Amino acid sequence: MAELKMHIENSQAEANTGRTCAPQEWVNKYADYLYGYAIIRISDEEMARDLVQDTFLAALEKVEKFEGRSSEITWLTAILKNKITDIYRKKSSGLLKRQETSTEEQNPDDFFEVDDGHWKVAYQPQAFGLETYNPLMGKEFNNILKRCMQKLPSLWLAVFTMKHMDEETTEAICSKLKVTSSNYWVIIHRAKVSLRACLQKNWI
Amino acid sequence: MEESELKKIQYNCKKATFLIEKKQIGQISVREKLELQIHLAGCSVCRIFEQQSKIINRMVHDLFHEPKPNDDMKLDDKFKKELQHLIEEKLNKH
Repeated sequence: MAELKMHIENSQAEANTGRTCAPQEWVNKYADYLYGYAIIRISDEEMARDLVQDTFLAALEKVEKFEGRSSEITWLTAILKNKITDIYRKKSSGLLKRQETSTEEQNPDDFFEVDDGHWKVAYQPQAFGLETYNPLMGKEFNNILKRCMQKLPSLWLAVFTMKHMDEETTEAICSKLKVTSSNYWVIIHRAKVSLRACLQKNWI
Repeated sequence: MEESELKKIQYNCKKATFLIEKKQIGQISVREKLELQIHLAGCSVCRIFEQQSKIINRMVHDLFHEPKPNDDMKLDDKFKKELQHLIEEKLNKH
């Protein structure tokens, strides 16, 4: 995001003159960025707006403690990130019980035959142009990607985004979301199989 | 993974795709690597899955690390104004 780059550069410029905190400028400078950060991770517009607001308010409370060790935007993003993790955790604690009773084999919309683990014919991956990396696949593809991610169950989306966007470690994700390591791998696998199938269905 | 399950992987796409995912972001054992290779040598469908899975990881990563200007990810002005108002109110209280 060019704008963000500018923000970072601005913040770095501030650093040279001693970092300051200017809450009057937060909305103008960072609201869109923080909103974008939230919406892609929780896929709920209402909740994302609330999170931006909560982040600013929480930051205001702590503004005296802002020591300028990081830039303003890094600091605000960290606050937002913690709030998102809280939401993931709340959502996952409600979902876990149900998911433990339905193990992968029992899931009705499984993509694989129960007896031998072969792909069900209807779900077999086909080549559809996603076999080589093409950063120019464009906005249309990204929109489908976002929509498909939003169809994932919330715990899967939480695990998936923490891993692939935030590049958190497996251990950190398991402990933050309170999922076991084996459940984590099952989720990673199922999320990808579902996401890939959704992309194939909507892109062809 | 149990021994009997390992033997089955040669014909088991579910296990193979599980290992494809695990291999990309974690570690799989030497034994698992070998079993996966054998599976992929004989299964073109899972080879496609592996290619696409890797690309999906990159696309998802790009989605947020190199975002293009995106209008539907912006807050509306009305909300921003209210937010600005709220912040100024709080600031004045202090």
